[in-house]
Amino acid sequence: MNNLKSRLAKEKRFRLYGVASITLALFLLSLLFVSIFSQGYTAFQETKIQLNINFSEEILDPNKTKDWEIIKKSNFSLLVKNSVNELFPNVSGRSNKRKLKKIISSSAEYQLRDYVKNNINTIGKSKKIWVLADDDVDMLIKGHINRILPEDERRIDNEELKWIEFLESKNLIDKFFNKTFFTSGDSSESEQSGILGAFIGSLFALSITLILSFPIGIATAIYMEEFAPKNNKLIDFVEVNINNLAAVPSIIFGLLGLAIFLNFFELPRSAPLVGGMVLSLMTLPTIIISSRVSLKSVPPSIKEGALGVGASKIQAVFHHVVPVAMPGILTGTIIGMARALGESAPLLVIGMVAFIVDIPQSVTDPATALPIQIYLWSDTPERGFVERTSAAIMVLLVFLIFMNSLAVYLRKKFEKDIG
Amino acid sequence: MNNDDLIKETEFQINNSETVGNIHVEDPRIIVKNINVRYGEKLAINNVSIDIGKNEVLAMIGPSGCGKSTFLRCLNRMNDTIESCVVDGELYLDNENILDEKTDVVPLRAKVGMVFQKPNPFPKSIYENVAYGPKIHGLAKNKIELDEIVFNSLEKAGLFNEVKDRLDAPGTSLSGGQQQRLCIARTIAVSPEVILMDEPCSALDPIATAKVEELIYELKENFTIVIVTHAMQQAARVSQRTAYFHLGNLVEVGPTQKIFTTPQHKLTESYITGRFG
Repeated sequence: MNNLKSRLAKEKRFRLYGVASITLALFLLSLLFVSIFSQGYTAFQETKIQLNINFSEEILDPNKTKDWEIIKKSNFSLLVKNSVNELFPNVSGRSNKRKLKKIISSSAEYQLRDYVKNNINTIGKSKKIWVLADDDVDMLIKGHINRILPEDERRIDNEELKWIEFLESKNLIDKFFNKTFFTSGDSSESEQSGILGAFIGSLFALSITLILSFPIGIATAIYMEEFAPKNNKLIDFVEVNINNLAAVPSIIFGLLGLAIFLNFFELPRSAPLVGGMVLSLMTLPTIIISSRVSLKSVPPSIKEGALGVGASKIQAVFHHVVPVAMPGILTGTIIGMARALGESAPLLVIGMVAFIVDIPQSVTDPATALPIQIYLWSDTPERGFVERTSAAIMVLLVFLIFMNSLAVYLRKKFEKDIG
Repeated sequence: MNNDDLIKETEFQINNSETVGNIHVEDPRIIVKNINVRYGEKLAINNVSIDIGKNEVLAMIGPSGCGKSTFLRCLNRMNDTIESCVVDGELYLDNENILDEKTDVVPLRAKVGMVFQKPNPFPKSIYENVAYGPKIHGLAKNKIELDEIVFNSLEKAGLFNEVKDRLDAPGTSLSGGQQQRLCIARTIAVSPEVILMDEPCSALDPIATAKVEELIYELKENFTIVIVTHAMQQAARVSQRTAYFHLGNLVEVGPTQKIFTTPQHKLTESYITGRFG
């Protein structure tokens, strides 16, 4: 009787421990999510100011050529300056006027230039255009800068505050969905910086990783599991080494890539091509090990059945064993890929840690990757980059969740296909 | 005779025995001459010779580990898949020594089909299970011919009426007995000459067993069948000749009726009367 009581108590206690640990894990996870989201959600909006731009013919095209090659050299900055001065006619003096123009992002003149390029007929007309505000204005509008603080403790002084409040009263300043963040590369100005460059860099690197490590990994696993002679010293040695490689710190692979791919083969530095190659070195052991495990778990009777009706060994393996093992192989591959996506150390070593403004167009263009972009931004003190760091983490997490759901989906699909 | 004496006598007889009974038949399809099988150091089959006739069912009985399955697997060289296994001797199928290294096992296994102890349908549809063999051997020129082969095989295996409405269902969704008949249909779909059955009913219930036995009886019209079984009644029911194996030796061969009523060898008698095994 006593025995039963203590046994039941033991079971109950064990269940409690389990529930407690899961609760703790969920709590910490939600803490992480809450802190990232609360810091980062504002990054999905950007502040814009409406300016009435006069596309003056005198400035843009004094000789009436209508030729873009000539127009593109005009002083678009002057358009912005004139427009702002017009809005605040009372501001006088060079330094004050310069300060006034600073509430507009320096990207405004490029925006106007692109606008004129696409609408060459607007020359000579006036048009209301929303342009990006400077990052300090952006921070103020989003509430990250406290207006009640004494003037010397905030980045926006009383005069600037007065201008912004004037704009607010006229409804000339507003928050929009942050398209810039998703369509541009890195920038030293936080309001102009975006995640696309790093995203494409990661995508290129991961494609290279997948292209290299998936076929090589599966081929290795199939050979070692199904075709290699058993109890062969060399094969055992290879197997031990593959298992060891899975545990090697990733930065070592980066150094290997630096020594071999960059210094010996002289491939381009900072390129997703090399990044992908290094990441596939890192991913291969994971793929090989998980593929072998799932190949091993296929009942041998299936292979025997195929051999029994006269299938050759290759046919038996590829028609029957591999399809059954496929869900496991794919899951292993995607977990390996997800690890590669979050990896930064080996990419640092091969130079993918550069400040790159352009969006990479091919796998040999210099690029950076999502985790590295996060690292770079988190290292920048400006408030505008703090929210962008959190936003970039969210993009990375969404990417990861997407990949993991893909793994689950493929697993379910293949399991259904084979019944 | 107590057990120790029996074992001693067994060993004596085995070391000094030749197969009792007539190993030859008039019109043999398979001729086995002096086969030895080793797993590493261990001798699993010791100098076995036997003929297997056309359109007969040969049952192989014997206690566990006596080598009957190993012998069966020699007939279509399934032992090749076991690395430590070495087979020597001569084994003629249609006057061709199939143990010759030059023999291609792929057509051989199409000629000598095999049904395994545990039903092992492929994790594919019922149709695909039967169609797989004809497909890889190129037996059907088009879909219509393939359909015909599949339907015929299922018909011959007595399964067609049960599954004709759900040919796309996975083979693994069938019951154990149906699965085993599906495996038989899969085997006969490549029109073999010989069918090897390794305890095909050991995982089945009595009703499913009866159906498979009935099937074996019908199949004998067109195929040579070699069946390994633990159930002596089964051997008595389905076979014309019976071979008794003991510790790697072929102890006695003879017409089934004779083996079960008047066995010549003491070991055979002990086994069929249930003294060991």
